[in-house]
Amino acid sequence: MMGHWIIAPVVLPAIVAGVMVVAMRGDLILQRAASVAAIVALNAIAMALLWAATANGPEVYFLGDWPAPFGIVLVLDRLSAMMLVLLSGLALAVVLYAIGSGWDGKGAHFHALLQFLLMGIAGAFLTGDAFNLFVFFEVLLIASYGLMVHAGGGTRTRAGIQYVAFNLVGSSLFLFALALVYGVTGTLNMADLAEKLPALPEGDVALLRVAAVMLIMVFAIKGALVPLQFWLPGTYGNAPGVVAAMFAVMTKVGAYATLRFGTLVFPPDLPATGDLLGTLILPAALVTLIVGAIGTLGATTLPRLAAFAGISSMGTAFLAIAAFTPETTAVALYYVLHSTLATAVLFLATDLVSRRRSQLRLEESAPPIADAGLIGALFLASAVAMAGMPPLSGFIGKLLILDAFREQAALIWPVVLVSSFLMLLGFARAGSRLFWLPTATVAEPAKPLREPLAFCAAFALLAALVALTILAGPVTEWLSGTAASLYDGQGYIAANRLGQEG
Amino acid sequence: MEALVASLIGVLTAVGVYLMLRRRTFPVILGLTFLSYAVNLFIFASGRLTVNAAPIIGTAGTYADPLPQALGLTAIVISFGMTAVLMIMAIGGHLEAGHDRVNLDHPDEDQPQGQPDDHPWDQP
Repeated sequence: MMGHWIIAPVVLPAIVAGVMVVAMRGDLILQRAASVAAIVALNAIAMALLWAATANGPEVYFLGDWPAPFGIVLVLDRLSAMMLVLLSGLALAVVLYAIGSGWDGKGAHFHALLQFLLMGIAGAFLTGDAFNLFVFFEVLLIASYGLMVHAGGGTRTRAGIQYVAFNLVGSSLFLFALALVYGVTGTLNMADLAEKLPALPEGDVALLRVAAVMLIMVFAIKGALVPLQFWLPGTYGNAPGVVAAMFAVMTKVGAYATLRFGTLVFPPDLPATGDLLGTLILPAALVTLIVGAIGTLGATTLPRLAAFAGISSMGTAFLAIAAFTPETTAVALYYVLHSTLATAVLFLATDLVSRRRSQLRLEESAPPIADAGLIGALFLASAVAMAGMPPLSGFIGKLLILDAFREQAALIWPVVLVSSFLMLLGFARAGSRLFWLPTATVAEPAKPLREPLAFCAAFALLAALVALTILAGPVTEWLSGTAASLYDGQGYIAANRLGQEG
Repeated sequence: MEALVASLIGVLTAVGVYLMLRRRTFPVILGLTFLSYAVNLFIFASGRLTVNAAPIIGTAGTYADPLPQALGLTAIVISFGMTAVLMIMAIGGHLEAGHDRVNLDHPDEDQPQGQPDDHPWDQP
């Protein structure tokens, strides 16, 4: 039993961030030490929570010790623990890269904002209350606004305005949906909703369906599902590379929330919504895949290419989510793990290139970059992973998805395979432009930047990707158990002890 | 009263959406503010409309639902903070770019810098 440790992933970053802003202002070394220490501790806590959730099943933390439908609860289950481990692992690599590359010194409060972002994302993964999910979304968004415009610059600030405006509209939609749900059911606790919705009166079904669709739209904005993906290329393409790598887990918050609501609150056997969610998400996911692949092929700069590759991988993840069966959900979870790590590696490789190359545009010729061998290897590996080529985990993930959709092979297989091929072409074009076709317009070779820590962090993420590939057997077995527990909501609901004191 | 509140929410939303689709940052911010007003009223209405009722059970026959009031308060505070952030970013973007158009410039496209690309209906 983890007891108070369940709230630690939310409280620890919040305290560390506050202390950083108040007491460590202007002392970058101290901020770095505190940030790394906090994230290492977060990793340890997340691992312990993962172990506890696997061994004991769902566990609830009552905030203020108020009983469940009245107070706010945090719920630890296998899915939220897995997402926490993914988040903290990625955060460790990102913070080390930021320190190694010097990104954190280019503007104020990088580490404090990163900690607030971790607090918001961890809270979104843990909370068992729909309105609290909105609040944590806002926490992570407001931190992400700060990180997005970190280090400043005119285009970046104005791309940030678009990002903020888009997400404010999403937040308003979220509130409309939550108010509808509350008006219909009188509760916002997710377990309580799962209990009450099957007995919904006939007259309220239409309102609930509207609310469900609005919620899915909100999560689709977060997950960059077509046609709500327009914010992503501009945001990720203009954000600092290290921040874009951290944002790789933010699109997964949308995927997580879709899975949570689609399995617990609006499960496929709920008469009011039925397969409404799946039928909406499936075509959107297929179009997302295609749009992402075409964008990869047509991108004019490397950061935009990485952003479109990220959109495409979200399409693949949502494709597996949309089927809403335990088997496909296990596949979706594997693909979410893979896609987060692969997108982050790609953005780090992109950042390594961007800071060395004199020209951002791919068409322009530029002198050869320093450290081209190492960076080229990293770019190749991330491209292989994103496009889904063997031997990395993208191949296994896409294979599992193709296998899971045997019955709909005529529609889904061509889309997945052709989009993978288009992405491969896009990556090959960009890679050969960057690494094979440089024109030496200057006599002396480019001066290498000394940043061993940044390379270590990027390659550590790649190592995690390799580990995910090698351990695919045990990982998918564990994920199958997780997916099965998602569709058997009783454990989650029972943990909330609805209506009982303490 | 239901018709009045419902049409008020509808009008506020319509105004918000219209302003949000403008091509300058300031109307967009105003639009988002209108939309958040509509949301706050909508949340308030989700607890049913009551007149002259205290949010306490047992004192009278009817009572007001206190939870939407708490949710609305949270939403107001958050939207207030978000609008402030957006405002600061808009001012920063305006100062750095010299204009407050929402669209990003594409320095890579062959568009001479400083050339006014405004349409007459877009003039401030």
